[in-house]
Amino acid sequence: MSTATLEQPPAEAAPIESFTVTFLIRRFDPDVDTEPRWQDFDVEMYPTDRVLDALHKIKWEQDGSLTFRRSCAHGICGSDAMRINGRNRLACKTLIKDLDISKPIYVEAIKGLPLEKDLIVDMEPFFASYREVQPFLQPKTAAAPGKERVQSVAERARFDDTTKCILCAACTSSCPVFWTDGQYFGPAAIVNAHRFIFDSRDDEAKVRLDILNDKEGVWRCRTTFNCTEACPRGIEVTKAIAEVKQAVMRGKP
Amino acid sequence: MTTENHVETKVVDGVHYHQYDIVIVGAGGAGMRAAIEAGPGAKTAVISKLYPTRSHTGAAQGGMAAALANVEEDSWEWHTFDTVKGGDYLVDQDAAEILAKEAIDAVIDLENMGLPFNRTPEGKIDQRRFGGHTRDHGKAPVRRACYAADRTGHMILQTLFQNCVRLGIEFYNEYYALDLVMTEVDAGDGTISRKPSGIVAYELATGELHVFQAKAVIFATGGFGKIYKTTSNAHTLTGDGVGIIWRKGLPLEDMEFFQFHPTGLAGLGILLTEGARGEGAILRNASGERFMERYAPTIKDLAPRDIVARCMVQEVAEGRGAGPHKDYVLLDCTHLGAEVLETKLPDITEFARTYLGVDPVYEPVPVMPTAHYAMGGIPTNVSAEVLSDNTTVVPGLYAAGECACVSVHGSNRLGTNSLLDINVFGKRAGRNAVEYVKTVDFTPLPEDPAAFVRGMLDQLRDSNGTERIAAIRKELQDEMDKGAQVFRTDESLAHVTKVIAGLRERYRNVAVQDKGKRFNTDLLEAVELGFLLDLAEVVVYSARNREESRGGHMRDDFPNRDDENYMQHTMAYLSGDAHSSDAADHIRLDWKPVTVTRYQPMERKY
Repeated sequence: MSTATLEQPPAEAAPIESFTVTFLIRRFDPDVDTEPRWQDFDVEMYPTDRVLDALHKIKWEQDGSLTFRRSCAHGICGSDAMRINGRNRLACKTLIKDLDISKPIYVEAIKGLPLEKDLIVDMEPFFASYREVQPFLQPKTAAAPGKERVQSVAERARFDDTTKCILCAACTSSCPVFWTDGQYFGPAAIVNAHRFIFDSRDDEAKVRLDILNDKEGVWRCRTTFNCTEACPRGIEVTKAIAEVKQAVMRGKP
Repeated sequence: MTTENHVETKVVDGVHYHQYDIVIVGAGGAGMRAAIEAGPGAKTAVISKLYPTRSHTGAAQGGMAAALANVEEDSWEWHTFDTVKGGDYLVDQDAAEILAKEAIDAVIDLENMGLPFNRTPEGKIDQRRFGGHTRDHGKAPVRRACYAADRTGHMILQTLFQNCVRLGIEFYNEYYALDLVMTEVDAGDGTISRKPSGIVAYELATGELHVFQAKAVIFATGGFGKIYKTTSNAHTLTGDGVGIIWRKGLPLEDMEFFQFHPTGLAGLGILLTEGARGEGAILRNASGERFMERYAPTIKDLAPRDIVARCMVQEVAEGRGAGPHKDYVLLDCTHLGAEVLETKLPDITEFARTYLGVDPVYEPVPVMPTAHYAMGGIPTNVSAEVLSDNTTVVPGLYAAGECACVSVHGSNRLGTNSLLDINVFGKRAGRNAVEYVKTVDFTPLPEDPAAFVRGMLDQLRDSNGTERIAAIRKELQDEMDKGAQVFRTDESLAHVTKVIAGLRERYRNVAVQDKGKRFNTDLLEAVELGFLLDLAEVVVYSARNREESRGGHMRDDFPNRDDENYMQHTMAYLSGDAHSSDAADHIRLDWKPVTVTRYQPMERKY
């Protein structure tokens, strides 16, 4: 009982106030619309509610046709990356209190991937780039039967940051290069290549470095840092890309 | 959306037909572990309602148990004992022994596949303490949980997906399995039996139906925590797979046993790993007392989850809760220091900061139990084969992971045993399915195998109903939290039973607003609600029948364990018209003996 402060406020805490928030959502119904359109919804929200809660309130109480992906609702599964007030975020990690609610909150699908319906895009090109960088461990020798490969604490720490990726596409779809050149591998694929290039147990860094030395590879990165700002897992994406660039020049990790 | 260029399919009356030796339903840990075994040996497809990396295995945090003895003495036999005792002796002990023995290879497999475990100073897989895992049959906590920070589930999911990519496993992503096709087969002597012949799935992107004919089907569909309001489970955990099995007239086992994880963020239910307590965090009541010392003097805060959850609820019920409404207790991590929190528990530290605005480095975190894990599910034997009664195998049908009940968890699962379960029994399911499909031909599909699903979807979509999906679901979840949570009584369960009957009636009049074909998540929420209502009814009906307290099932009106009458598994069968309002008219309960090998039931003290 040294540091914890367990003093509690008096039992009659003031009730938390709710307020009306206006959401402007970019809708697109492929069965009907030729172009996306903006639609506004007023929703009663609490400051600690998330944007995902607002989308649910709209879908569940106002318009069942509003369509978006979501699953875990706490920033782990990577389903609900979207553009909120022009910035890529996870709807389940964006709290109302952190947005300016004196103005409408703009919500739209992430950019650079084909729009399917409302806030849903086709993720297939994104996962195709991921698969291309060979995102799996490739050791040249087999581990001793029944034994783990030995890896020091420092070797494990070397690639820790990039193991956090949840493949939500917030980084890739925030990248201006990716918007104009859909062939670019994009930050997420490079992050997942980094995760193996710098893993001491892997022996095929060279193969991945060759893949990323392609004209659509790391050299397309203009160091805009959008990806780093967008990452909901706090991965230093731009730094990881820079490390891969250096490794390409060295020809090894 | 699919991740591979699938082979051309046949389209008949708007339904797409595919043929695979093995179809795996679900792409979480169990499904993908099965796929890694099955893919190289047989033509395999994985059908998933989500992209594989969205699966809820990724939300698991603390670790995966295995008696590697990397940091201190340990043995698989101790692990078996802890699992049996932790499950309050409702565990099938032959299965628990397999789980504990094969744990060691399961962890090594994952490491060899690339999983970045935390390491010891010698470079071996590091291990931490976890609830209910002890040295030498309960003497003291033991370091048995292999972990990667507090992202062990994330790393397992990513590693399994990476290896599926390596093997070129065929995925059908955002395909919702909605029915298991069974064909009536004449054995030759006039006896008719039903054999699984495929899966009917709904493609989210197009709204079209697909029939996957298969020699073997593996269910790996996860849990159904969304029957509760306060839950650590994802929105998508609606028990579709378990519900499909139920509607086919196959039994469900031990459905009354649901685990409430002690440390959900208060009011939100977001999981904070038990690994926090494994690293030394302490639960305190409003006066700052470490109350677990009173209830479990030997292992205190590291008692199994059922016990800790009950103690927390009791502290609050007796007026010792913290906060303005005295409705939660506190998880105190402040003495662990910023470095331990940032390196070993970074995600939960961030959850507390983001969602409650509480920094665990400086302040204790408000927590309360959250619905977390279904111990019950689809009954299987240790080969992951699904059972149609206490002993009969359904040929070609397998289940693994949370949707299955082997039963390695009995009435209460130990933390870290579920990430283990998916790997051990996922692997067994995949391997056994490969052996099975080598020995059989395809079972012919019945005429128009998609008829049932088409009828169900048309009825929902074309209905002029007025009941909102969300309103029915919310009432179900609220009432389950009130009447069928940590503490239950006959009265509370009878009330929930009545509520569910009313909700099932209203569900017939449910409204689907989105009438479109493409990405119709409104329609699917209506379908999912149907599964939730079915499963909640079975949970409550089974709970009311078990007049004792054991593991995760605490009956205030029957506070003691009653081995004489109830040391047996519940087997629930759909026996009549599923739409009749009285559950007793369509649910039949039976019992199945518990397999006891070396451990006779003892009083459960920690």
